[in-house]
Order: sequence, then C-alpha cells, then structure tokens
Amino acid sequence: MIPQEVFNSLKMRFGDGILEATLDGVPNPFIRVAPRQMKEVALFLRDDEHLLFDVLMCLSGVDYTGGKLGVVYHLHSMTHNHKIVLKADVTVEDPHVASVESVWKTANWHEREAFDLYGIVFDGHSDLRRILLPDDWVGHPLRKDYQVPEFYNGMKVPY
Amino acid sequence: MGLLDQRFENGNVLITSMDTLLNWARLSSVWGMQFGLACCAIEMMATGASHYDLDRFGTFFRATPRQSDVMIVAGTVTLKMASRIKVLYDQMSEPRYVLSMGSCANCGGPYWEHGYHVLKGVDRVIPVDVYVPGCPPRPEALMEGLLKLQEKIRGESLVKRKSA
Repeated sequence: MIPQEVFNSLKMRFGDGILEATLDGVPNPFIRVAPRQMKEVALFLRDDEHLLFDVLMCLSGVDYTGGKLGVVYHLHSMTHNHKIVLKADVTVEDPHVASVESVWKTANWHEREAFDLYGIVFDGHSDLRRILLPDDWVGHPLRKDYQVPEFYNGMKVPY
Repeated sequence: MGLLDQRFENGNVLITSMDTLLNWARLSSVWGMQFGLACCAIEMMATGASHYDLDRFGTFFRATPRQSDVMIVAGTVTLKMASRIKVLYDQMSEPRYVLSMGSCANCGGPYWEHGYHVLKGVDRVIPVDVYVPGCPPRPEALMEGLLKLQEKIRGESLVKRKSA
C-alpha cells in the first residue's frame, strides 16, 4: 500500500486526528497525527488487515527549536512489506503524547529515552522514568536550550 | 637456561634489600581488575588474550577489586559510572594503582566539549599513576603502560612507608 492510500484510510477513519500528509517528504513520506490520538491511530495501523504495521522500527524525539518538540515513528509491515512514517508535534509547554507502548512493546524503552533526553511525556506509559541518565539528573540534555551544569554530584562537568 | 643460575654458580644465598625483594615480587604480579567501559576494553581484552599475552608480565585479571593491584580504566567514564569507579577504587586494598587507558579516561577525549554526560578525565575522581594515550591505544601501548607501572613500583619503598 502506498503512503497516499495509508493516509486516505487514516483520514477516513480518524478525520481531524490526522493533520496532514507530506507525500514528497525526503527521505520518507510522512503523516502528521494529533499527539493525543496517537494510540488509537497506532492500534488501527497495526490491526487493520490492509495495513498490518506490526513493527515499530524506530521511535525518535526531536527538538525543532523555538519551543517545538516532536516524536517520529517509523513503521514497517512484515506481511505487506510497506513502510510509513508518522510525526506527532508538541510544544515545550505541553509535551504530552499518547503512549504506543501497549501497541508495540518496543516503544517502552524508546519512549523512556525520548522522555529522558527531550522531556516528552508519554501519557499511558507503564513506567515512564529515565533510562540512560541517572535518576537524579536535572534537565533534558538533547533539548537545544540545554545548559550543561557546572557540577554533578560534586564532579566538575565542563572541560 | 634461566638468568639466575648463570649469575650464581656457587651456593644458593642471595643478599638483597627487603625493598628490592618485595618490589620484585609485587611488580612481577600486578593483577588487574576485570572491568572495562568502552572500546578501549576490547583492546585491553586483546592485550590479555593469547596474541599479546599479558600473563607473561604477571598481569592477569581478577573479577573482584579485593584481589586487584591495578585498575585499568579502559574507556569513557560517564558521570553515572564515575561514582561506581570511585566505589570500586575504594574497595581495592593498598598498595593500589590506576592506569588510565585511552583519551576518554585521560581527558574526556572526543567528548571534551559536547559530552554533557562524560567526566573529563578519570583523575577528577581517583588518582592516576600511568596515562596511556590513544583512541584506543594499541595493545603494545597498554603493555608499555604496564611496564611503566612496573618501573614505578620498582622505585617505591614499602619498608620506608609510614608505619601503621
């Protein structure tokens, strides 16, 4: 199924929950989804017999600067051998995205990583805590406005 | 044959200082701690394996800090790991030595500027005896570092140390 058909079936099912499609996107065509509806969209993409996106290949966090954050989902279907990219855009003030952990188990650690490094909050995640950095770390280091602390636990951080 | 029987043909009495004897024993069996952090650890394992064979210098790896003489800090020391390294160092019995292997452990290496999570040199948390440069250092470099450490031990005096 080509990205246009994926978009059409999503638009038919979810209406306003599907924001737009950039079908000439480089390197991949992508579809923008309303962050709060991410879980329902994901469940449909996984279970619909024409779509069957059974693999979440990658889930990434992005800081687009200017207070805009995003999550990017790369999906693949083993059965139909087709791919699609989803994007959910949020803001620094309201960084909430519905968790897809219950849809693809892979998302558990990926979402924890995006939370750890970008501060994106995944609603409905079963265990949303830091995964790479120590639990007592302050801030989310991959945000563009992150300031490296002078000290961490008494150890000087800058060179 | 060996070195000793050619030097001492008659009799079997050796006279030496206590320090020389103790240091000879200590530097001939510098046991390392079995512990690696990053790609340098791969190089360290290669040094320990049969091609480079650290055993011939008396160095082989022990799985506990209590039985180790030298801690080879092989790899990037993250801030998260630094406190663990400090604990492991504290668990080693004296006399103990630290060999900092590779650019990351020496000074932060490629993470010196943007590594928000990297300790810029393991000497910020524990004292270092020998620095081995390289990214990662070849086994030959690590072996030279251990030989430097042996030199250092040879020049020490356990007897003259502050009395307990």
